[in-house]
Amino acid sequence: MTSKAAVKESESTAPDRELSLDLYRQMRVIRSFEETVQALFLRGQVHGTTHLYTGQEAGAVGVCGVLREGDWVAGTYRGHGHSLAKGVTAQRLMDEMLGRSTGVCGGRGGSMNVIDVERGLIGCFGIIGGSIAAATGVAVAAKQQGRQAVAVAFFGEGTSNQAYFHECLNFAQVLKLPVVFVCENNLYMEFTPIEDVTAGEIIARPQAMGIRSEQVDGNDVWAVRAAAEDAVAHARSGQGPVFIESLTYRFVGHSRSDPARYRKEGELDRWRERDPLLVARARLSEEFGVPAESLDALDAEVEAELELVAERAMAAPYPDPATEMASEFKA
Amino acid sequence: MSDIEFRHAVRDALDEELARDESVIFFGEDIAAAGGVFAVTTGLYEKHGPDRVFDTAISELAISGAAFGSAVAGLRPVVEVMFGDFLLLALDSLINQSAKYWYLSNEQASVPLVLRSAVGGGGRFGAIHSQMPITWLLGVPGIKIVCPSTPGDAKALLKAAIRDDNPVVFLEHKRLYSIKGPVTEEVAEIGKASVVREGSDVTIVSAMKGVHDCLAAAEILAAQGVQAEVIDLRTLRPLDTDTVLTSTKKTNRILVVEEGPETGGWAGEILACVVDQALEHLDDAWRLATPDRPVPYSPPLEDAFYPDAQKIADSVLGRMTQGEPLIAGAAR
Repeated sequence: MTSKAAVKESESTAPDRELSLDLYRQMRVIRSFEETVQALFLRGQVHGTTHLYTGQEAGAVGVCGVLREGDWVAGTYRGHGHSLAKGVTAQRLMDEMLGRSTGVCGGRGGSMNVIDVERGLIGCFGIIGGSIAAATGVAVAAKQQGRQAVAVAFFGEGTSNQAYFHECLNFAQVLKLPVVFVCENNLYMEFTPIEDVTAGEIIARPQAMGIRSEQVDGNDVWAVRAAAEDAVAHARSGQGPVFIESLTYRFVGHSRSDPARYRKEGELDRWRERDPLLVARARLSEEFGVPAESLDALDAEVEAELELVAERAMAAPYPDPATEMASEFKA
Repeated sequence: MSDIEFRHAVRDALDEELARDESVIFFGEDIAAAGGVFAVTTGLYEKHGPDRVFDTAISELAISGAAFGSAVAGLRPVVEVMFGDFLLLALDSLINQSAKYWYLSNEQASVPLVLRSAVGGGGRFGAIHSQMPITWLLGVPGIKIVCPSTPGDAKALLKAAIRDDNPVVFLEHKRLYSIKGPVTEEVAEIGKASVVREGSDVTIVSAMKGVHDCLAAAEILAAQGVQAEVIDLRTLRPLDTDTVLTSTKKTNRILVVEEGPETGGWAGEILACVVDQALEHLDDAWRLATPDRPVPYSPPLEDAFYPDAQKIADSVLGRMTQGEPLIAGAAR
């Protein structure tokens, strides 16, 4: 699902019909991908654990769509959305989920460790602040190489209490690195409400370092996209890092074993009314007159695609331990 | 060729690689304008400029993380973590990102970084500025650990480390910074030990400062009629077990001298290797390491903590006279 939106950075930010449909479709692909992963998990085809992006799709799609060829993204262990939005194909990602040799990492990585260097996905990292370090380092190279590339780090609000966050934000600001820090605040640090374990406001932290910072409605893909456009332009122009706090919510538990009993009464229902897919559908209908039936048809088409992806993944070969030629070091 | 100090050999390697390859950058705490707390990196900032040689905050995790990301994106970063003891703060990125990247990515990209650090005791720095971090790293697949003992090796191995496509931890013993020796234009091969003294009676294996102690011990032993072969490992991961095994098969005795806690160290790893692969050749195999305690501060306590030349020689003589009194009058 290489984004048509990716080439539009220099153009007007005003929503147009085609682009809006493309953004909706990308979000729908992520949603269907996650639903497929969950179903395959329950069938014993996806192993270990998974952390689904369901409900947060507007974040990755809104941000990655404004990036150029040569830009980099670092995602998290909740990284299927980051990977898809950066251009990893659903097939190679699904094959990886199933541990197949045709997966994007040959089955070596799994759900929490997706890497696609060719697509500019430096990786999704199992340690929550790892993405921040990766993007900061990429930005060191981008600045050094004078390529005007930008690095984006996605991470959750829980990461704002980790050393990676404080050390790397300071590092990036002192060196005026071209990096955009996207904090996806879904309110819960695993099972614990973020406010129970966090002093003060998250956004006050980058602000204290003089980093340009902004909060955005993380369930409105156009709002995220507009903020990302500004942020990326700022970073690319050499003015230093930008911090975006994207306010969102995950509709599923932290991981596959989490029933999310910690949610407050009615909270999930209220957020479901702000489902990024519903928000986008409403806009498509109101501003561009796209009929619900067309969107339903698009949904059905995406679901059928993902069914095929799942079937092909199930049929794909496992890596063979007898022939795996792993070397500890690059020769 | 005139002899130069170990610290200057390190600096020259950095200088030459910065000049040779524009993808090499160097950053860390106090390394640029100040020239490094051990006066190793003086002049590099002035010569190569603030874009390629720069100071950072006291943020070891950001340093190792920035090294990781920039290495994947095409640079060859060299970073300094001032004391090996501070490496603990940098390890997540080093171990969970850099060390695993080549494998996890299905060999899409490797991480050509060098992390330099000053290590080791004997300087009265106390428990948290004197440690050997090697045991923390030895069991991590994907990291090379290089540990030179001479100025010549420091220069030749650092150049090799910078040109290596994998993450390399390059350890500099603080007590070696002021020793002098010849250097060449050679780029050494990582993963090769060298026999620095030939002998027929016992193989003594060590690294870094320990090599000098073992060479001094070999002199003491020679005076007693025992010819020790001394091996400088030069690299601790990957270990050059071939050189160790060849020598051990010749001498039938091996002593490994490690500055570092006895439990979990590389001395034990080497002994495991010779037991596994040369058991039938062994008359004796043992190790001298430091006690499983923190490094003490007080001079008499710290001096007693390390295996010095006399202790090494005494240990060899003691072991060799237990079963077969080779040396008349040697103390047990």
